[in-house]
Amino acid sequence: MPGSDVNNSVLWPLLLYAAVVAFLIIAILALSYILGQHHQDKATDQPYEGGIEQTGSARLRFSAQFYLVAMLFVIFDVEAVFIMLWALGFYELGWAGYIGVSVFIVQLVVVLIYEWGIGALDFGPDEKKIMRAYRRKIKNQSV
Amino acid sequence: MTVMQHVWIVLGVLFVLLNIGAGLIWVERRMLALWQDRLGPNRAGPLGILIVLADTLKLFFKEDWVPPFADKWVFIIAPAIVVASVLMSFVVIPFAPGIVVADLNVGLLFFLAMSSIGVYSIVLGGWASNNKYALLGALRGASQMIAYEVFMGLSLMGVVMMTGSFKLTDIVEAQRDMWFFIKQPIGLVIFFIAGIAETHRLPFDIPEAESELIAGYHAEYSGMKFGMFFIGEYLGITLISAMTATIFFGGWLGPEFLPGWVWFFTKTFAFILFFILLRASLPRPRYDQLMEYGWKILLPLVLANVMITGAVLLWLKG
Repeated sequence: MPGSDVNNSVLWPLLLYAAVVAFLIIAILALSYILGQHHQDKATDQPYEGGIEQTGSARLRFSAQFYLVAMLFVIFDVEAVFIMLWALGFYELGWAGYIGVSVFIVQLVVVLIYEWGIGALDFGPDEKKIMRAYRRKIKNQSV
Repeated sequence: MTVMQHVWIVLGVLFVLLNIGAGLIWVERRMLALWQDRLGPNRAGPLGILIVLADTLKLFFKEDWVPPFADKWVFIIAPAIVVASVLMSFVVIPFAPGIVVADLNVGLLFFLAMSSIGVYSIVLGGWASNNKYALLGALRGASQMIAYEVFMGLSLMGVVMMTGSFKLTDIVEAQRDMWFFIKQPIGLVIFFIAGIAETHRLPFDIPEAESELIAGYHAEYSGMKFGMFFIGEYLGITLISAMTATIFFGGWLGPEFLPGWVWFFTKTFAFILFFILLRASLPRPRYDQLMEYGWKILLPLVLANVMITGAVLLWLKG
């Protein structure tokens, strides 16, 4: 396979490309600011909430489990970086590298199983739990 | 290559990309209409192709509204980020032998990095809008995109192992004997699913699900700022299609009777049509179904793919 540890391609077209992209974006934004209409009516300055009046600001304290996703991402994406580096030097590292990465991936899987077990991967309501509670309720009513 | 040739490549790539991005407005609406047994836009010009021009002009002349309750600068920058990050990703893609803006030796990583930056546009746009629908859309988008990024990177590792390089021209050259989708079918499937989630296209468009969130993170955007989210989405489809063609289907390689760039664009266009077919045929899953599918099915599968590919490659080498 070709050795690509030396970067022998020219890089300035990348910068030129970035400059043209930046110019295009600024041009589009400026042009739409100039061409677009600007008017002021009774409800122009209100946020859209399905046609009714706004009920409080959207700067609310939103109880989000999404932080869990962020933590999962940090764990698995940083570990993905190690796997990527190993994949790059795959043939040079040989079986020794393979065994090393196997141990590493087994650790990953253990973490995954643990997170699965404590319910960190359940994002919605658990339908089995809901059904169980529902059946219990039905049973109590019929008695 | 001379300086002028490089300049022409840069300008040519941008020109073609922006035209594809705009042209997809027409392609998508006509194809959806075809598959749903209706006519679609057919009034402006032959087969309705001037709808592209009409739509673009309309967006430019629409009210360019920055809400007074929004974070003004963040609100303006968010749509710029999505277009910029997607357009920058095309830098590393070889369209034909020698026709590539900058053949970086970290090509694949550059592509992954740029698609990560795309998350910012959703998060910042949704937050700066100061609208509850936008906030919900932004949160959904953030969790969906950062989750599927992990699988996207790992699904390409089989290819990197066989090539020994992140450089996309090396990856294409390594497919002279056999395209990688035969050796890496699981990698291909996972990459494509992750690509749909990264571009938040249907069926995975839950950050902007119109039946529940109006327009999600871009609910407060109007005019060309909305148009930039729109173009960013179409360019994202083109990007994922082009990457799939390059990494798994031999890029510009093909029988000699046609030049390389024709093969490249044919393959890319086939995947774009597949994206549109998915939109025409599949319902949208629930948010929790999408996330659990990713973490509980795709992640173990992608790790198994890496392990098995490694073992088989080393065993074959002996």
